[in-house]
Order: sequence, then C-alpha cells, then structure tokens
Amino acid sequence: MSLLELDGVKVHFPVKKGILFDRTVGHVYAVDGISLKVEAGQTYGLVGESGCGKTTLGRAVLRLVDVTDGSVVLDGTDVAKLPEKELRSFRRRLQMVFQDPLGSLNPRQNIESILSEGMAAHGIGANQEERRERIREILAKVGLPANALSRYPHEFSGGQRQRIGIARALVLEPDLIICDEPVSALDVSIQAQVINLLEELQESMGLTYLVIAHDLAVVRHISDVIGVMYLGSLVEEAPSDSLYEEPLHPYTRALMSAVPVPDPEVEERRERILLHGDLPSPANPPAGCRFHTRCPWAQPKCSEERPELTDAGGGHKVACHFTREIQDGTLTPAGSDAVVIPAQAEAPAEETAKEPEPAAPESGEAAESGDTSATASEDVSEDVSEDVSEDK
Amino acid sequence: MSLTTTASKIDRLAQLTARTETASGASLWREAMRRMRASKMAIIGAVIIAGFVLLAVIGPWIAPYSPTDQTWRGEVFSNRGEFVGARAENWFGLDHLGRDLFSRMLVGARQTLLVGVVSMLIGLLIGAFVGIVSGAAVTLGGKTGRRIDDAIMRVTDILLALPSLLLAVSVAAVMGQSLTTVMIAVGVVQIPVFARLLRGSMLAQGGSDYVLAARSLGIRKRRIVLTQILPNSLSPVIVQATLSLATAIIEAAALSYLGLGNPDPAVPEWGVMLSAAQRFFDNEPMMSMYPAVGIVITALGFTLLGEAMREALDPKLRG
Ligand SMILES: Nc1ncnc2c1ncn2[C@@H]1O[C@H](COP(=O)(O)OP(=O)(O)OP(=O)(O)O)[C@@H](O)[C@H]1O
Ligand code: SF4
Ligand SMILES: [Mg+2]
Repeated sequence: MSLLELDGVKVHFPVKKGILFDRTVGHVYAVDGISLKVEAGQTYGLVGESGCGKTTLGRAVLRLVDVTDGSVVLDGTDVAKLPEKELRSFRRRLQMVFQDPLGSLNPRQNIESILSEGMAAHGIGANQEERRERIREILAKVGLPANALSRYPHEFSGGQRQRIGIARALVLEPDLIICDEPVSALDVSIQAQVINLLEELQESMGLTYLVIAHDLAVVRHISDVIGVMYLGSLVEEAPSDSLYEEPLHPYTRALMSAVPVPDPEVEERRERILLHGDLPSPANPPAGCRFHTRCPWAQPKCSEERPELTDAGGGHKVACHFTREIQDGTLTPAGSDAVVIPAQAEAPAEETAKEPEPAAPESGEAAESGDTSATASEDVSEDVSEDVSEDK
Repeated sequence: MSLTTTASKIDRLAQLTARTETASGASLWREAMRRMRASKMAIIGAVIIAGFVLLAVIGPWIAPYSPTDQTWRGEVFSNRGEFVGARAENWFGLDHLGRDLFSRMLVGARQTLLVGVVSMLIGLLIGAFVGIVSGAAVTLGGKTGRRIDDAIMRVTDILLALPSLLLAVSVAAVMGQSLTTVMIAVGVVQIPVFARLLRGSMLAQGGSDYVLAARSLGIRKRRIVLTQILPNSLSPVIVQATLSLATAIIEAAALSYLGLGNPDPAVPEWGVMLSAAQRFFDNEPMMSMYPAVGIVITALGFTLLGEAMREALDPKLRG
C-alpha cells in the first residue's frame, strides 16, 4: 500500500456575490478529480502552470482547505473525513514547506518558539529543555547555526528562512512533507542548495515528499514520479525518466519544449511546440478535454468527451484520446493555431528566440532553473557553507 | 457615501500589517519608525503632543492662581459687557466670573486630555472586544461564526454610516448633562471604527501563510487567534487610537459647546470653557479664543502624528 493515496479529490471554491446576502453564483474548480499515489520514501513531483490548482491540492492533502469530494488517505486514514479533534493530532504526520519563506514565519516569534510550538502541541519532548535539544539537532541538520534559536525571522536570508521552514516540518517527524514551490521565491543561486538539502534529508531520514513546482526543471532532479497538472486535473503521470524520455501528452510536450537542454546536440533536435491562447479560467473550464482550446492536435471528439488518465504502458499514464495517433504520427498538428517545429527541422532564428514565451508563462524562470539543476551537483558543497556563514 | 469612504479608509488601514513584502529585512514597525523620524509631520505632531501632555501633568502645580476662586469678581460685569483682558497680573485676562483664565487653561489641559483619553479608551476597549469577537468568529467558527460576524458587522456598518456628532448627541441626550455623558457619547462613536478595524486586521492576518503553517502544525485554533493573529493585528489599532484622540477631543468640545457637557463644573475643561465663553463672544472674543486654539492645536498634534504613522506603514503612500 502506498503511503498517500488520493482518490478523485475535488476542491471547488464557491464564488459569492451580493450586496446584502451572499449568493453562490458559481464555482472555481481549482482541483477537479485528482487521483495519485505517493510511495513511502519516494518523491512525487507535481508540475503545472500558475493557477492550475497545485497549491490548493497541497492544502487539501493537509486539509487546510475543505475537500469537496474524494478521499485523501494517509497510511489507511482518510484525512478528508477526519473529525476536527483527531485531525489536529493527525496533522503531525503531514507537514508543509511553504512557497513564501518569510510570510510563513510569524514575525513576532523567535526561531525557538516557531520550532517548539508544534512539538509542544503534540507532546514531543517532556519539557522545553528537551525540545530545545532536539531543535538544535534539527537546526544542525538543515545547516543553520545553533545561535539561530533566539533570533527572529527577519534576521535571516531567504535561503535560511526556507531552512527554518524545513526544520519546522522536520521536528514533528512527519510521514509526508509537502513542499509547495519550495524554491521559487529564492534567488537562483540558492535554489539548488535548498533542493539538495531536501534530497540529503530524504536520504538520511527516509522522508517522503510531495514536491510542487511550476517548472519541470526543479522537480526533475529529485522526483521519482512526476505528475503534470492542467486546470485542476492530471494530464500525465510517469516515472521521472520515462516522462523526460518520452512525454506523451501534448501539454507535457509543450512544457518540455520550453526547457532548454544543456547538451547542444540534443538542444538542436529539440521539438518546439507553441501553445496558443491563455490558460482558461478554472471557474469556467472547457468541456471535454480541458486542454482542447490550446491543443495543436485537438479533434472534434476532444471537446465532447473528457479523456481519462489511462496507462499507456510501463506505468506511464496519459489523459488524451489520441496518445497513440500522435505518437506514431498518424495525427498531425492542425495548422495556424499552434506551431510545432518537429525534431531536426531548422527553425528560423527569430522564431526560436521568442518561442518559449507563448509556450508557457513561466518559461523564463524555467530556463533559469534549468541551468541551476544542471550545475547543482557541482556547486552545492561550497554554496551551503556560504549560505550558513553569511549571517554570522 | 460616508459609509463607503469611512469604511474603506478603515479597511485600508486594516490591511497594512498583513503585508509580507518587507523583505528588506527590517521589521514593519522598525521601518515605519525610521520613516517617521524623517517626517516633519510626525515630528511636529510629537512635539505638540509632548507639550500638551507635559502641561496636563504639571499644569495644576505651575498655575499662578486657583482656577476656581472668583478672586476678581468685582472687576467683571458680564451683564454690562465689562470684561478684563490680558494684563500683567492675569496673562490671559479673566473669565466672566472673575477667575484667572491662564490658570484655568493650565489646569484644564489635564481635564481635556482625560476626556480625550477616556473617550478613546471607551471606544477602543469596547470596539476591540467587538472586533475580536467578530474576527475570532470568522476565523474559528465555520458557518455559525460567519453568521455571528455578519450580524455584528451589519450593526457596526449602520453605526458608521450615521454622522458621528448626531450619534454622540443622541447618546448624550439619553443620558443627561455631565462630563461622563460627554465621554461616553464620544466613546460610543469610536466603537464601530475600532471594531471594524480590528476585525479587518485579524481577517487579513488570518489568511497569511504563517497562520496556515500554525494550523498545519496542529496548534489549536483558539491559541492561534490569541497568540498569533491578534498580536500581529494591533498596529493599525495604535494608529487609529492616535487619530481618535484628536476626534475625541474635538467632539467632546462640540458636545460641551452644544450644552450637553457639565454646565460649569468646579474643575475647568477646555470644551466646557469654550462653551461658557461663547455667550460673551461679541464683547470678549479672546475668552473663547484661548480654549478654542488650545483644542485645535492639540487635535492637530494627534492628527499629524496619527497620519504620519499611517503613511509610514502604508507602502502605497511611500515615496
Ligand atoms: N480560497 C479560494 N477561494 C477561491 N478561489 C481560490 C481560492 N484559493 C485558490 N483559488 C483559485 O483556485 C485556482 C488554483 O489556485 P492555486 O493557488 O491552487 O494555484 P497554483 O497552481 O498553486 O498557482 P501558483 O503557481 O500561482 O501558486 C486559482 O484560480 C485561484 O484563483
Ligand atoms: S484529448 Fe485531444 S485535446 Fe486533449 S490532449 Fe489529447 S488530442 Fe489534445
Ligand atoms: Mg501555488
């Protein structure tokens, strides 16, 4: 059995209007039927454009937002249906690292207070002295000086704040840590350090992660399985390598085509797909395949029937009616809406230059972090020591 | 219109501390303090307030004469329009009963400060209580909580929409003439302001990531509200309290002027002095001038400091 199993999870936010009395006029379908499994000791990477519902899904797993439908089962317990009282003690087993390191730390609490509050709430450590001892150990593990205890969040650098956030999750010894864009608020130079820290901690402590990111480059490095989200649902899920070798869903292919490859030869052959139009509103998602408004391969069937996530072989799951046809080339992308520059074809220089933009809004960042993860393994050791010493 | 402008001004103030973009490192207040030290408005306001508070404290000791003894009764004939203006003996002249105006001003400062502070505190304490109940209800209470909050906020919005002086006069009319009446009436006007402000501030804090983080740690909601949300919600209240002191002093004077204060108490108070002097304005305008100018300058001091604080905290107003 997997450690975490989501089954048909939906989170719909009511849209209210009215001057005197609120009326529900519709819903934002932020998460709309997601099923996935996270295995113990592994990392599941969840990727998707801004606004596709990643954060909401993460919060639903911790039940920081109410789950409209579906189940969130951690180790046999359905978190979505747990009564409030049991939920509170159960929360120790599920922890989160937040996107905004400063915003997720109370400016009026010092680090000791931030880290010990959760421990006290769950009765970890008999007294404050014991807790402090434990906190010191964790601080060392995440690479923070012991004198950090009495200091306040604003006295730290961005990377250090995120380490505090990680330490806060770790002190409770959770089964699963959800990292919601753990590095996207950090400088590019610090991103790799934090990603590497997460990886080291996983090895030494046997942690399980659900890592959320808006670009593939960040999760590629650390994920065992990657799920690609589009407008509230999964469009593709596969073991990391398999996804990179052969992305099957048109949306994933478009995302990948926005990430430059460091190898110039591979880069040369890289397929480029330009997506047309904007991400539709999750309050009014398109019928049928959610992606059909932007998909270069879209057929009439696509706007009528919603494709299920099905196994295309070897645990590689795709939600597309025409996976096979697209793969073997019997279906070709339709004309003017999108541009697909097939592998090996020569792309006109200027088009190549501006191509990543329409493909995915975050492609600029994607490119940067792409570089980061490529250089990550070499730079880490120096960078970590730098980050720690910088505030001494 | 008055509803939307007052309310939106309060709401804007409530949002101020919920920002996370103070990434420069310094804490919000420290940064605000730095800005205020460079602001002329803040400095002038602070100097005026310091002077006023000093007067209020030492006034009774440095007053040359008793403020209540009608020592020069024989020299003033108000019915014949004979008054005594400033002279070597009495720097501000005499009032209509032959008392030394300078001494009355000095001693009255304390009373005026007291009226302002007590009125403001009435508004602050009750308003904050209502605001906490409302804010906690939304944050903690699910559907029922939201309904409680809705009900409370409807009432405060109605109170906010009433012209404040009208509201104060209504309260004073019900309670009869006295200084206590004035303080309560003026305080009541401030209740909805503080209530809406603190609730808004708590709501803004309630949506922040550190609150989510605390919840995901499994900390009790009640504890989160009291130890995390509330302390972080107080900055706007401090700003509002300063601004409220100015309004309270002016409104108290206005109520006294309208004859709702104590007719002529033994202890002088600027508002009451002004109200007493108005009858003789044609013959002796200076008698009204001293308390009026005192009130205006003091109120100006609190307004300047309050506005400077708000500006220092508000990123939109920063240059
Ligand atoms: N509390 C809420 N009430 C109403 N709508 C919400 C709420 N929270 C999120 N949404 C909406 O749900 C959608 C998904 O939001 P979410 O924050 O999960 O996206 P995301 O994938 O995390 O995006 P980002 O990369 O910008 O963080 C958005 O359209 C957002 O506006
Ligand atoms: S189902 Fe149709 S629209 Fe959706 S991804 Fe496949 S081809 Fe494109
Ligand atoms: Mg997000």
